[in-house]
Amino acid sequence: MIPVPPAIQRIPWKLIAILAGITGFGLLVLYSAAGGNWSPWAWQQGVRFLVFLGVALVIGRFPLRIFEDFAYIGYIGILVLLIAVELLGFVGGGSQRWLNLGFMNLQPSELMKVAIVIALARFYAQLPPGNTRTFTALWPALVMIGLPAALVMLQPDLGTALAICIGGVVVMFVAGLPFWWFGSTAVAGLAALPVLFSFLHDYQQKRVLIFLDPESDPLGAGYHISQSKIAIGSGGIGGKGFLNGSQSHLDYLPEGHTDFIFATMAEEWGLIGGLALLFGFFLLLRWSTRVALRARTRFGQLTAAGLTMTIFFYIAINLMMVMGLAPVVGIPLPLFSYGGSSMLTIMTCVGIMLAIENDSKTGSRRFH
Amino acid sequence: MPKKKSPPITEAWRGITFTRRALVVGGAQAAVGVALAARMAYISVIDNDKYVLESESNRVNLTLVPPRRGWIVDRHGKALANNRVSLRIDIIPDRLHNKELVLGQLQTLLRLDGDAMERINRDLKAASGFQPVAVKEDMTEAEYSSILVRLPELPGVAPQRGFARNYPTGAAVGHLIGYVGAPTAEEYQKVKDPLYITPGFRTGKDGLEKYFQPMLRGKPGAKRVEVTARGKVVRELGGTDDVQGKTVHLTIDADLQEYVARRMGRESGAAVVIDCHNGDILSFVSMPSFDPNSFSDGISSNEYAWLRADDHQPLINKATRGLYPPGSTLKPMAAIAAVEHGVDPSERHTCVGGYRLGSRFFRCLGTHGSLDMPSAIMKSCNSYFYWLAHRLGYDAMAPTARLLGLGEEFQLAGSNQRYGTIPDSAWKMKKYDQAWSASDSLNAVIGQGYVSVNPLQLAVMASRIASGRHLYPRLVNREFKNEALPFSPEALAVARHGMDLVVNGAGTAVRSRLPLDGITMAGKTGTAQVRGLGTGNGKSGTWKFRDHGLFIGFAPVVNPRYATAVVIEHGMGGSRAAAPVAKDFMTFLFDREKAMEALETFEAGWGGTIKERMDRDYAAWKAGASSDPDPGVPQ
Repeated sequence: MIPVPPAIQRIPWKLIAILAGITGFGLLVLYSAAGGNWSPWAWQQGVRFLVFLGVALVIGRFPLRIFEDFAYIGYIGILVLLIAVELLGFVGGGSQRWLNLGFMNLQPSELMKVAIVIALARFYAQLPPGNTRTFTALWPALVMIGLPAALVMLQPDLGTALAICIGGVVVMFVAGLPFWWFGSTAVAGLAALPVLFSFLHDYQQKRVLIFLDPESDPLGAGYHISQSKIAIGSGGIGGKGFLNGSQSHLDYLPEGHTDFIFATMAEEWGLIGGLALLFGFFLLLRWSTRVALRARTRFGQLTAAGLTMTIFFYIAINLMMVMGLAPVVGIPLPLFSYGGSSMLTIMTCVGIMLAIENDSKTGSRRFH
Repeated sequence: MPKKKSPPITEAWRGITFTRRALVVGGAQAAVGVALAARMAYISVIDNDKYVLESESNRVNLTLVPPRRGWIVDRHGKALANNRVSLRIDIIPDRLHNKELVLGQLQTLLRLDGDAMERINRDLKAASGFQPVAVKEDMTEAEYSSILVRLPELPGVAPQRGFARNYPTGAAVGHLIGYVGAPTAEEYQKVKDPLYITPGFRTGKDGLEKYFQPMLRGKPGAKRVEVTARGKVVRELGGTDDVQGKTVHLTIDADLQEYVARRMGRESGAAVVIDCHNGDILSFVSMPSFDPNSFSDGISSNEYAWLRADDHQPLINKATRGLYPPGSTLKPMAAIAAVEHGVDPSERHTCVGGYRLGSRFFRCLGTHGSLDMPSAIMKSCNSYFYWLAHRLGYDAMAPTARLLGLGEEFQLAGSNQRYGTIPDSAWKMKKYDQAWSASDSLNAVIGQGYVSVNPLQLAVMASRIASGRHLYPRLVNREFKNEALPFSPEALAVARHGMDLVVNGAGTAVRSRLPLDGITMAGKTGTAQVRGLGTGNGKSGTWKFRDHGLFIGFAPVVNPRYATAVVIEHGMGGSRAAAPVAKDFMTFLFDREKAMEALETFEAGWGGTIKERMDRDYAAWKAGASSDPDPGVPQ
């Protein structure tokens, strides 16, 4: 047997296979969604995947220390960017979510999903164990989550705000904060739901209402959900066959290559395709959960757990949305949907977790 | 977990807590994943049928193809109403993206006027989705192909080869057949059938077209196409053909119908011909008429105004809706009544130029001397019938009139009748609360006063006198008993003999003898005064106040086959206006060539066929020159 060189051994082939499998499946669906064409979406998505995979592998080579050191600075920097976006929007007379950097549009809220997890992980890693159940453990975290979440809500981007909150709350949860805090907050949150609902924008309220009863507005905002369910439901067990999806090819399915790509896939590949994709995501999340459990440092543990949740949140909300279990919020399906921003976020998460995994192989476990 | 007894928090405890909680989070994630898989399975397996159906109804668009309307044919199968190919352009609202541009192009290409554009815009606003909106129908090949070549630049425009209703003889069948038209919004609201808002679909609006609508309609076809959400047709998926409506067979003789209509010339009036064997209506004409082709294509408001403005009332079916005092045409009926009431037809009465009733003297048109019953009919002597009426009273005659069909409303397909009055003492008491007087009887017996009838009733009366049977008029093959009338053969023979003498003896219509060997016509003329009896002169002056000319008749005299009634409004006299018309179309029934020769001579004098004259009159009317309301001297 030919000995495998260590440089090649160190490359996480299994992970790459999972990511490539999900993305590759996505490319097939994009090919079909474009009416049997690699352009305009599939080849671009493929190239983007290769670039971001490279970026992730490079990030994975960074010492974990760097992330910990730059956690707060990064967080504050992105918070400033969020404020800048808000001011730009205010000056420009409309809502804005991105900064034009000349070569690309930067969405600070996307970066914040990662930054909040890292910053909170740093905070709880530094927190003396004895303070875990005190107020000191709570209020800085709430402020750190609340500021960006509020700014993103102002944009208004409910989906991303929720993603930031969920990522942060999960870090707080695994950091060991008292269980009943979460329990009572959840109960209080449920009770306050009607009040929160009234804070939403009109169109957001409408989305929620239509989500509760999609048929009430079959040609308006409920159209997305209805058509998506028709696409998934008509696919049946085995699907209509590759390139044979009428819902997507005849444009009945809106956003069939981005937010609703799962419906496009399910129409042609059926339940079998859907379960295969879910299995792919399961493998990815199992890997990242294992990284968290095996992390050598507390910072690594908390970061990995938080980022796992961030990825999961994308998947879960998107799938719930396309299946009519959640309101239409603009959240793409990680790696599968056409688009750079979400892929960048996911691959950054993957890169950081690779760094954590590499870190855990370098020495003994220490929870300083 | 009781808070107070918790152990001191160490790094080891934190590690354990982390592992435990990470597993809780992971477990929750897995649970959500399983729930999602279950949800997907539910949608795609349990609800599969429902969503497959919805997906198909998205994908496949069904457009209705209006059914070809059933034909209406005459007794020999000749078409009175059929369909012709019609080139049309519709707009499919869902596929119309640049409305202004497309409509602008259509307006230029098809030279649509402001009215048409307004209608299209209104229809577009009301229509939704794939419900086509008609732009133009009955286009020329040139217009149609000018659209076809530009079709790629005109998204939403749908050219179609459809069918339109066609009436080969035009105005000749206007009142008989009626016409078709696009369904109204109310009709659609009532049935909610999408066919009713499909361009090209027509429903019967009047006459037989309306009456036989359920039979003539047919079943629509369907065209299935695969369409995108934006309405672009991806491909045709085939469909079903329409089923043409059933053919309606009429008792009408199309050739006779057209001949009679043409022979009416510029006159206003009606003529009905009935088969004496079975009551078949062979011809059912009211002139002037409208061209049902114009109505079926959607008549212009101009043309409609022209028709309404005409004092000859082309929009009224005078054969059933025109009521006239029948004048002397009622005398054969009076003769039958008299014989039935025991008057000896050979009993003579001397006409001294009138009849004295108390202090009033009722005039006769001549001084006829001593007359028996047949010759009284022949000469149309009023005195003789005044004498009969005074002797018997009109209550003795009215039942006979009714038995012969006067005052009766017939169950006749698609007709809307005014059935007039056959008065008697009870009627007068009820209506005016006055006793019947002898002078009422005298007026009634010569078909004036309270008496009014329509031309169809007169024709039925002629057919019943001719056949001696209770013939029931019919336009379609319905069975009636047609029993013998309860009159003595002698009574009928006197009436027929008198009518024979009218034409073939020394009567009022001798100039209208049939120009045929061995076939003779019997008849009775009538002249009905429009102004009150004895006032003015109905023989000249303003058209509106001239006397009506009437004629009833049958031929041949022996074994009658055809019975008829003709009414010429303001024709100034039955022998002058009505009998010659009857003579020609009765001739037509036995010798077409001879009759056509006569007609062509007349038409040359009138200025062409019905259509030529109507087109010219309309053009003149539109040009602002009102057509002469007085048709001048009749032929």
